[in-house]
Amino acid sequence: MKPAPFEYFAPSELPEALELLERYGDEAKVLAGGQSLMPLMNLRLARPKVIVDINRLSNLSFIAVNSSGVLTVGGLTRQREMERSVVVRQQNPLLAAALPMIGHFQIRNRGTLGGSIVHADPAAELPAVSLLLEVEFSLRSKSGVRRVRAQDFFMDYLTTALRPDELLTEVQFPSWSQRDGWAIEEIARRNGDFAIVGVALRIRMDEADMIRNAGIVTFGVGGIPQRVHRAEEGLIGRKPDPQLAAELAKVVAEELKPDSDLHASAEYRKEVGGVLARRALTSALVRARSKEEN
Amino acid sequence: MTLADFVRQELNLTGTHLGCEHGVCGACTILMNGEAVRSCLMLAPQADGAVLNTVEGLGESQELHPLQRAFQDHHALQCGFCTPGFLMTAVAILKENPTPSREEVREAISGNICRCTGYQPIINAILQVSKKSMETEK
Repeated sequence: MKPAPFEYFAPSELPEALELLERYGDEAKVLAGGQSLMPLMNLRLARPKVIVDINRLSNLSFIAVNSSGVLTVGGLTRQREMERSVVVRQQNPLLAAALPMIGHFQIRNRGTLGGSIVHADPAAELPAVSLLLEVEFSLRSKSGVRRVRAQDFFMDYLTTALRPDELLTEVQFPSWSQRDGWAIEEIARRNGDFAIVGVALRIRMDEADMIRNAGIVTFGVGGIPQRVHRAEEGLIGRKPDPQLAAELAKVVAEELKPDSDLHASAEYRKEVGGVLARRALTSALVRARSKEEN
Repeated sequence: MTLADFVRQELNLTGTHLGCEHGVCGACTILMNGEAVRSCLMLAPQADGAVLNTVEGLGESQELHPLQRAFQDHHALQCGFCTPGFLMTAVAILKENPTPSREEVREAISGNICRCTGYQPIINAILQVSKKSMETEK
């Protein structure tokens, strides 16, 4: 239950860190919060030869919003700091609601936005929320910066488009429309456990109480978070009636192709995914309508 | 070397315990700059320049810390293995929220596992301390 031996670097400047990543390539792993990497190393499921500890790169920890409402958060920002941030709560209530769902507060004290995203656990909330919110990731290497959209970033189980010599330095969240309804639901054995299945949802309604736009992402349902396009299309142009949520549940359950594992069968995930979608839509509609009345 | 091993072996502070060593049980919980962290998931050099608080720092030799007293009063420990982790988590909880509800305490301790007590006495102990004034708590 101890890590295999490794070489350790703790650069104090970003160029130094990028130089190390270029030099060591896929022999190196970046250590940020350590809440996913350290368990893997302690269990020796991961045995990187080199660790590049980026916790001294304090410039990578920040929360900023511009005049257009675009929220930019640095990759090293602690989840707990985001959770406590008034700016995050005001600028993106869906993101704010997802944060307390991540593990336990001790984990969020160290865990970072960037770390969770590049680790890309299929059951994680931040990758799913990033996908739904259509964020943009800044990936920095010695050669420069690449901007990659969330939909092009998550490739497979624990695999992203991040190259070995790159660091996720910031995440840009498009400005959020305060009129939007939203919800995020997940189910886990106990509070704080990895989600067995989860749904994040966002809708926009017009003055005639019709759904104009919808986004639905499921997580814990396969290698990567899944947008459910057919379910989204089924909502657009609809006026919510008592059957709508149940219809949504059915479509989501049909569309999901989850894996079976120790924690739940594929059938369970499909069915519960549908149930969570139904609950999420119900909550989102309440939120959207309460905005209309204001 | 992990921070947990450093505290135990290099600093000889063995009050911090090793349970799972992969971040689920909370037995290794200490405070770093006032925040509760899983010391088994940190590397020792990451604590460079930080202030660490471990269970040995609670109370005085002649006087138990209010949380220790409450844990004793409520029988919130049996084997005691999880206890240092729970105490440090409780310090962190009460610092952030001096008057938590029962539900808030349950949520806040959900990252610590206990095999012996069934948790209710632990929750009661923490709630007891929260009712008293926190002014004397160091």
